[in-house]
Amino acid sequence: MSKINTLEDLNKAKKRGLEAIIPSKTKIMVGMGTSGIASGAQQVYDALAGEIKKRKLDIILSKTGAMGMDCIEPLIDVMQPNKPRLAYSKMTAKKVPEVLDQIVKGAVDGVKPAYRMDEEDFICLDEKKPYVKGPVSKDQKDIPAIGSVNFYKKQLKLATRNCGMINFESIDEYIAKGGYFSLYKALTKMKPEQIIEEVKASGLRGRGGGGFPAGVKWETCRRAHGDIKYVICNGDEGDPGAYMDRSVMEGDPHSVIEGMIIGAYAIGASQGFIYVRNEYPLAVANLQRAIGQARECGFIGKNIFGSGFDFDLKIGKGAGAFVCGESTALMTSLEGKAGEPRAKYIHTVEHGLWDRPSNLNNVETWANVPAIISRGAKWFTSIGCKNNSGTKVFCLVGKINNIGMVEVPMGMPLKDIIYEIGGGIPGGKKFKAVQTGGPSGGCLPIDLINISVDFDALWEAGSMMGSGGMIVMDETTCMVDIARYFIDFLEFESCGKCVPCREGVQRMNEILNDICAGKGKEGDIELLESMSQGLVDGALCALGSTAANPILSTLKYFRNEYVAHVRDKKCPAGVCKALIRFSVSEEKCTGCGVCLKKCPTECISGEKKKTHVIDQTKCIKCGVCKESCKFDAIIVE
Amino acid sequence: MKTMKTIEKTVKDIIKKYDGDKTAMIAILQDVQEELRYLPKEALTSISKKMEVPLTRIYEIATFYNAFSLKPRGKYLVEVCAGTACHVQGASNLMDRMERDLGVDCGETTEDKMFTLEEVRCLGCCSLAPVVRIGADVHPHLTQDELPKIMRNYK
Repeated sequence: MSKINTLEDLNKAKKRGLEAIIPSKTKIMVGMGTSGIASGAQQVYDALAGEIKKRKLDIILSKTGAMGMDCIEPLIDVMQPNKPRLAYSKMTAKKVPEVLDQIVKGAVDGVKPAYRMDEEDFICLDEKKPYVKGPVSKDQKDIPAIGSVNFYKKQLKLATRNCGMINFESIDEYIAKGGYFSLYKALTKMKPEQIIEEVKASGLRGRGGGGFPAGVKWETCRRAHGDIKYVICNGDEGDPGAYMDRSVMEGDPHSVIEGMIIGAYAIGASQGFIYVRNEYPLAVANLQRAIGQARECGFIGKNIFGSGFDFDLKIGKGAGAFVCGESTALMTSLEGKAGEPRAKYIHTVEHGLWDRPSNLNNVETWANVPAIISRGAKWFTSIGCKNNSGTKVFCLVGKINNIGMVEVPMGMPLKDIIYEIGGGIPGGKKFKAVQTGGPSGGCLPIDLINISVDFDALWEAGSMMGSGGMIVMDETTCMVDIARYFIDFLEFESCGKCVPCREGVQRMNEILNDICAGKGKEGDIELLESMSQGLVDGALCALGSTAANPILSTLKYFRNEYVAHVRDKKCPAGVCKALIRFSVSEEKCTGCGVCLKKCPTECISGEKKKTHVIDQTKCIKCGVCKESCKFDAIIVE
Repeated sequence: MKTMKTIEKTVKDIIKKYDGDKTAMIAILQDVQEELRYLPKEALTSISKKMEVPLTRIYEIATFYNAFSLKPRGKYLVEVCAGTACHVQGASNLMDRMERDLGVDCGETTEDKMFTLEEVRCLGCCSLAPVVRIGADVHPHLTQDELPKIMRNYK
């Protein structure tokens, strides 16, 4: 890799990258993000490599990040000259020979691809490049186009523009997508103030959950006194049920790095830190490689693009503390201490890391910056809705058919995300709620299914955008149990510095545990409400002051479930073990004996082909019988 | 058990890697734990002496962050994911089953020192929920019924 000092150098790298992205020979890309690997992508990659070598095929084998549709992984994309790009879903090592046969033949006659793509979007360059010159052949046309797949139809990939499209190991491919051209533009053609104005005009709001205007933050930090300033990327994505930032750090690490260098130049910082969660080893590895490449090319280092601007970037690894996602705690942790937060009236943009002005944004926010600089604020504000420009990445998980990472324009109705992109609820069950905003957020019920998904509307409804977790729940999810789950999480993660959070959350957890155990008393619900207010008023940091949100929002929309637990000692969803019992339906049981064999406490008895019986004294309510019954004969009440 | 000599050498090498930088304390502890699989008292004392940082400071960090363990861990770390997506898909049943099958509570190590059972707050593989990570392998879409078969592969 040689230094890239001029626009000419950059264009040379772009040309190399383009040849790699749309090559003149066959290329197979394997989706190798964390979830791809967990579902077997490495075995598929190894099988492909082995078979290509064995057959002496002239095929490029490449890696890419996750494109989002995680429920059909492992995913491979096949590109052949002048043919649409084909995506094969749920790949296995066993399917590899057959898929390779098809590639050699150039026909699709066996394994059917999930969808095809006819062109590649270079969004930062405002260009589209077709894979096929001329019309698409008949057999290819029968494969659904990506634009007709419900999961992708309404999506707009901006922050995740390169995830699943480029090889995350190649800086050339990133450059070919328009990468580092924004940096060149910013450093050689724009003044720092101009960049700040552009980001302000774009209306970009912090994607980490707070929704604070990024440009305003940058401006305050630029104006703050001090010679040494820092830019920080918050990659401590601790919200359970959210992995958008992981996908970006793994699949497109350069977008975050480029955004940070531009931000540093605008603010006047010469040192940056990316703080990554301990649980994301692949993100750390990919970022580390990318930082090394950026350094070799001269995007990090002294006198970048001959502008006189110097910048260095380091990675800080978290050690498993949720509270470190809070900005002041994160900075304390970066200093090498226990990550306790501090009161927010001392702003980190003035006194942050090592008491110096520090500007912190999250991964998704930084990844948006190069696109804004390249396409301009006006273009960015044309996407999304009022006061909420651009897109937001969500992780659509839980009881939903199409599980995955989605990126949609802000302001999309919730119903479109759940039913169109997500494909609705599996097993014909009823939608009950969607949880957004992680432990600080809340649950939205079916009545709010038409809500506009943006910062302000979600906040008004008693939830919040958060970093982007969207956990869908159906009728078999107990809302009291969900509140208990989050409070339990927060009790465990509370740093213990302030009393309302340390003691209050613990007491609330005890009350909720009692309620779920059938020991709830009259007055418990009201007590929870008043304690929640105490937290809002008295906690030191955002973790504490929002800790009651899961309780408050479930109480607001699902109070009857609390009442059922406390008064009737019943769990309507059939989750809380102390309040349910398992029995066998005489009508449905065929006496097949599967549950009898699987029961760990041997509490099910019955002859073959006769209705089985559960011995209530021995039943531990583990639910194995229900999970394994093919005839839906186990009743939970 | 690692000998005192190995502990001393590991600590010395790792501190050297970070030039004795006190702000790199978390990274140093992470590297030491990676080598020794946990943070023995001897290692913490040695870091304290070599870096001239009070032992209480190091202990504060080692106990604050969940990733650190002051107790020896088994050969395999079994992490049941307790993220929200896994929770709604029945992760607590998986944990109960693990506790019963391994005969230990969450946070404990089996007598034969093979497995340490822990709960992890979201591995970020929510599309594969519920998941359990054993060593470096993530097992997707688990049912409690499949656990005994999977556990037999770890020896």
